[in-house]
Amino acid sequence: MNVLASGGFWAFVGVVAGIYTILSLGLQVQFGFAGLLNFGQVGFMALGAYTMAILVVKEGWSMWLAAPLGVAAAAVGGLLLGLPTLRLRADYFAIVTIAFSEIIRYVATNETSLTGGSQGTIALGRVGTASQYNGEWTTFQTHLQRTLGFSSADATMLVIVWAVAVVLLLLAWLVLRTPWGRVLRAVRDDEDAAASLGKNVFAYKLQALALGAALAGIAGLFYAWEFSFFSPDDFEPLLTFFAWMILLLGGLGRVWAVPVGAGVFGFIFAGTRFLNFPPFTWVASDERAYIRLIIIGLIILVLVVLRPQGLLGNRREMVLE
Amino acid sequence: MFLQLVANGLVTGSVYAIAAVGVSLVYGILRLVNFAYGDFMAFGAFVAFGVNGPLHQSMVVAALAGMAATAALSLVLDAVLWYPLRVRRAGFMSLFLASIGLALVLRQSLLLAAGSAPRSYRVNPYRVFVLGSVRLSEAQVIAIAAAVVTIVVVGLFLSVTTWGRVLRAMADDRALAAVAGIDIGGATRLAWIISGLLAGLAGVLSGLVEYSFDPNFGFQLLLPVFAAVVLGGIGSAYGALLGGLTLGIVQEVSTWSGFAGGVNPVYKPVVAFSALALALLIRPQGFFGQARTG
Repeated sequence: MNVLASGGFWAFVGVVAGIYTILSLGLQVQFGFAGLLNFGQVGFMALGAYTMAILVVKEGWSMWLAAPLGVAAAAVGGLLLGLPTLRLRADYFAIVTIAFSEIIRYVATNETSLTGGSQGTIALGRVGTASQYNGEWTTFQTHLQRTLGFSSADATMLVIVWAVAVVLLLLAWLVLRTPWGRVLRAVRDDEDAAASLGKNVFAYKLQALALGAALAGIAGLFYAWEFSFFSPDDFEPLLTFFAWMILLLGGLGRVWAVPVGAGVFGFIFAGTRFLNFPPFTWVASDERAYIRLIIIGLIILVLVVLRPQGLLGNRREMVLE
Repeated sequence: MFLQLVANGLVTGSVYAIAAVGVSLVYGILRLVNFAYGDFMAFGAFVAFGVNGPLHQSMVVAALAGMAATAALSLVLDAVLWYPLRVRRAGFMSLFLASIGLALVLRQSLLLAAGSAPRSYRVNPYRVFVLGSVRLSEAQVIAIAAAVVTIVVVGLFLSVTTWGRVLRAMADDRALAAVAGIDIGGATRLAWIISGLLAGLAGVLSGLVEYSFDPNFGFQLLLPVFAAVVLGGIGSAYGALLGGLTLGIVQEVSTWSGFAGGVNPVYKPVVAFSALALALLIRPQGFFGQARTG
């Protein structure tokens, strides 16, 4: 169990929780504020990460220009997905959004000349050379580490991720209190009533979808920076389900519940990696990986059945229907 | 070549159609989009594998065992999971998320129990039937035949028998059906049994047609099946049949070289979703769906 005592491990848990906070905040905007059942969130994350990596490696862009473009690509993806699908019934919309994220993954896997294919971003550049997109990021991170006087790169990343996450949470919290945010919640609670007051329900939903997608794009950037190389397999629907679990764990309709949910999730996710005590030691390590996901599945089930408003959610404002 | 692709599409579409009817029936009764359905199929396929392989039973016995086991699993899950949620009047969102959690538990349990190695049934994959310019393997012929039988049986059941009418009445208007004195609990269990039998059948057929399968294959089937359900209109069993066959054929025929050079076969799933997106743009509620849920 000595790994649990190492600072590097906890910094990693913290970084993962920070990335998931940003990803799930996107879902909170879409579902908690606007009532949209987006189950393709991971697709927007992939759009952000891949757009940045491709622009840097193939077009030779500066990463600092490519990163905002990655976020923009995710937002545009949200708009393009929403235009034909937001008029669909909620259940159809949920299925179509999963399909969307799977299409992104299929394209990333098979368009090898564009994305590096199933080998991932390491194969983005010329054949035989390992391509890299995060040189400028590493420089920035090292610089920051020296300025802050930190001893490890992990701790620096932890500070960066959470600084960005807190700013985004604060922005989301503020936005919810603007007239725009109030209309959004009105759309969530009663679409017809909002429409009868002359609000363009469709436009509000589309904006919420694009905003949540942009947040997923930012999460994608951090994912790319944290792991240096990524492949289409990193963007399986499972990640979207994790994000939903975080939303449920934290609470629906509440901005500050998201980091709480992400923290608990990060702990469960990373913690169950170290199930090295009986009875788990009776099975091989690859089988323990299955047990981890079984535990996560069971937690989703228990939450849905026993606490549909989430740990911190307000039952009167929003319950999972 | 074109005819061969249509025949292949009919095979793929048959599996989709059988599974899509199973998803649609449960949706009609419970308003549950069952995300765990792919893993139900995989469960059925693996039970059949156990009976066919280690237990040395014939493929027919194995298929029936797989179907029965999946139906039993569905019933147990109704009692321990879906019933408590119904009592709490859980809506679409809770049910969908619960089915996602269930899908995780089922698939990983299957991986834990059966391992991730690909499996095959004890059948001869080289026996081929030739029909004019079309060549079909034994498994493909069995899949089409099973689909035809299933379509006729399910169609007759829904249209002629009292229980079939009950299920359709509940799909139409649950409250009204309850007021009319229908045994809601019995009808729900019946829907789960049929849905489970169909999941097991679709799983076994898919395992036969694909020849080798692992515990993840159910999930790979799930999205095309969902696409078929949505295409037909969620909750409509007849729509699901038509949606499944349409998608299967569109998927295969899209690779035909006479069709603008043909789509790269790796994009078959994308073709299915594009067909779905296109169809929904024209008819947002699907072939037979209702514009709004009641």
